[in-house]
Amino acid sequence: MNCEQARPLIDPYVDGELDAAGKQTLEQHLCDCNDCSQEWQNLQSLKKAVRQEPMQFPATAELRRRLSVQLRIQSSLQSRSFWEWNWLATLATGIAAACLILWLNFILTHPSSLELLAREVAASHIRSLMADHRLDVASTDQHTVKPWFAGKLDFSPPVKDLGDQEFPLVGGRLDYLDDRTVAALVFQRHQHVINLFIWPTEGSDSPPSSFAPIQGYNMVHWTQGGMTFWAISDLNEQELGDFAGLYTK
Amino acid sequence: MLFERKVLPHLDAAHNLARWLAGNDPDAKDVAQEACLRAFRFFGTFRGEDPRAWLLSIVRNTFYTWLPKNRPFLDSIEISDEALGVEDVSVNADILNAQIGSAQAVRRAIAELPVEFREIIVLREMEGFSYKEIAGLVEIPLGTVMSRLARARKLLQRQLCKEFKPEGQL
Repeated sequence: MNCEQARPLIDPYVDGELDAAGKQTLEQHLCDCNDCSQEWQNLQSLKKAVRQEPMQFPATAELRRRLSVQLRIQSSLQSRSFWEWNWLATLATGIAAACLILWLNFILTHPSSLELLAREVAASHIRSLMADHRLDVASTDQHTVKPWFAGKLDFSPPVKDLGDQEFPLVGGRLDYLDDRTVAALVFQRHQHVINLFIWPTEGSDSPPSSFAPIQGYNMVHWTQGGMTFWAISDLNEQELGDFAGLYTK
Repeated sequence: MLFERKVLPHLDAAHNLARWLAGNDPDAKDVAQEACLRAFRFFGTFRGEDPRAWLLSIVRNTFYTWLPKNRPFLDSIEISDEALGVEDVSVNADILNAQIGSAQAVRRAIAELPVEFREIIVLREMEGFSYKEIAGLVEIPLGTVMSRLARARKLLQRQLCKEFKPEGQL
């Protein structure tokens, strides 16, 4: 090993970063070479000088105090922001839950438009019985009843007399349902009154379907030929269904 | 608190590095304090490595962020290790030994080193980090650690001898 090779190894050597083999060769060279040996000693002295205590600048008590105050402020800020965040999250969750409850409540307690209509139909039916205002035109003749509606309605309701099937027509009147004037035909079955409400609709045809009774009145609803039909009576469900079946024929 | 147990014991080391980098007490205090607060904020990123090395790397970063804001007149402190031209000057051992005896002279000589050399001397000699640890902390290759450290020591020796004023010559 010559000096040129040895010099770069002296620093790692004094730092204890030289591997065993390098160490051995270098130590051999240091024994032989005065200059390099001097260099090595210089480095060692320098290391010692730099490592001595007066070179150190430890933290002052004042810095420690300042820092501990700052850290306390920081950590309270951090925990506060955590709680603020938490608080916001709680609030948001609460609002979301309240919205959900309101929505469910609305869905569950607010009837569908069809159900509202059914109630309207039932109310009309009951009103017609109470006020004894069943008939504007009393006639068992469909050819009297149907023309009577002309000029009173903007549509011509299909009027059938089912007297042969023991659902005799007794008359008709105007009524008001679903935000419009509608035709109400009145039929009789023994002592039972059937109100059949008719008005135009844009919906497609649908076969008669029973509706859950409202205040004891059975209802059947269907759509045919651009008209919607609501039949309501205190007749039993079976007979009202028969009536609807006959009417749609 | 984990932070106080893990990191704060190295406040002395943090302040020492900050003091050698910044060059005076008030700035060192500011840098060290800012670094500790940053360390506190970033403690979530601490992955159980050597907490002293972790804190000192934050001190370094804090200092190099602080520097252009507070010493705008200092141009880039970027110093190419090679450009410094520290030739292999052998110094007079007697003069060196005389100077080394004076803590004040050694201090002054270190303080006059370019910041990157100052930093590596502090990390190696005062903090006792291995070459590998320094490479990780300063984020330079191992070879650069070795060459920079050797140059720093050469420069330090030269600085010490240059300052030497034999007694009676004042």
